[in-house]
Amino acid sequence: MPTIKIPPVLRASVGGEREVEAAGANVREVLRALVAAHPATESQLFGGDGELNRYVNVYLNDEDVRVLDGLDTTVAPSDSLVILPAMAGG
Amino acid sequence: MSARELHNRPCGGRYGDIVQSIGNTPIVELKRLSPKPGVRLWAKLESHNPTGSVKDRVARALIEDAEEKGAIASGQVILEPTSGNTGISLGMLCKLKGYPLKVVMPDNVTPERTQLLQMWGAEIIYSEGSKGSNGAVELALEMAAADSRYYMPYQYGNEANPLAHYNGTAVEILEELDNDVSAFVAGLGTGGTLMGNGRRLKEVLGDAVKIVAAEPMQGEPVQGLRSLDDGFIPPIIDLSLLDRKIFVTNSDAIVWTRRLLDEEGIFAGVSSGAIARVAARIAGELDEGNVVFVVADDGWKYLSSGVYTRPLEEIENLESTLWW
Repeated sequence: MPTIKIPPVLRASVGGEREVEAAGANVREVLRALVAAHPATESQLFGGDGELNRYVNVYLNDEDVRVLDGLDTTVAPSDSLVILPAMAGG
Repeated sequence: MSARELHNRPCGGRYGDIVQSIGNTPIVELKRLSPKPGVRLWAKLESHNPTGSVKDRVARALIEDAEEKGAIASGQVILEPTSGNTGISLGMLCKLKGYPLKVVMPDNVTPERTQLLQMWGAEIIYSEGSKGSNGAVELALEMAAADSRYYMPYQYGNEANPLAHYNGTAVEILEELDNDVSAFVAGLGTGGTLMGNGRRLKEVLGDAVKIVAAEPMQGEPVQGLRSLDDGFIPPIIDLSLLDRKIFVTNSDAIVWTRRLLDEEGIFAGVSSGAIARVAARIAGELDEGNVVFVVADDGWKYLSSGVYTRPLEEIENLESTLWW
């Protein structure tokens, strides 16, 4: 089952876990499974339109899914999703 | 011994002052780090700019843009959020041009950044390190809104930033490599390097060139945000221009910073290690062509951290330092 790495800012919403497992064949399904298990994550992860919140970056292993196929990006059972807040540099 | 034959003209160029000498940086092939014989890996050494980083191009563009618009005149106080390099570059520009400079910078950067800013006469306001550069942006925006004496170039939202690359870095790369570039890899900070180079390279080469962003996997101590809504995406970033966007952990970034040094003699900052790692990966996925990556800064301002000399496990504050 795919794993999801939880950033510090979201841990209170998942009972303090750093990593959780969630089933699904694409990013949308995996994140929706996370929301089903931990409803407090929904408003942080998703906007009212059902798309990813603008300031949330989700990575399939180490690649941003927004430049892959977004929420439709295929996820294998051995994959890891990483959720991170968008941060700038410069 | 006779002098070596000169292949390039001008030989670094002849300029009227140090500001004019910004840009025209060397591009160097890294044969040892290239994973395949048919793929040539090139480092664009932005570390050769006067203050040691790619941000000299940006700072010059930001100040000249403000001057051309009549937004600033001598004595005008400049305020800018930065994780360091843009502040240092503005420090040089502002000192030479007579603009007092205030920078807002996270308090968990290497101490050399503070010294360099002080050296150029900039006033530093520290923001909370756990909020990363996002915290510096937030504080600087508040300060600018509260005090009309400040002019804020705002590298995150000013098109002069990517234009410095569109009209500079990208043109130099295309010229040196005879319009033959398969992939361009740079770090994602403000987005200026990727957007400016990406636009120009795509205009000339179309989809034959892949634009690839390397970004830091922020250490947990610098993820001190209240909610994911405190994330920040610089307004100049257009994600549709990117073909790939890949994060690199601080550990891997430092391993590759050392590889650049040990295997190729390139003394670069930590973000450049991360960028090199992604560039080598992209090169490994191609069969032939030129892969260009940007060495964003040199290593001098990271010496105190021990990244070049200590074993990885002995580097203090690896995860709590803001390296980009």
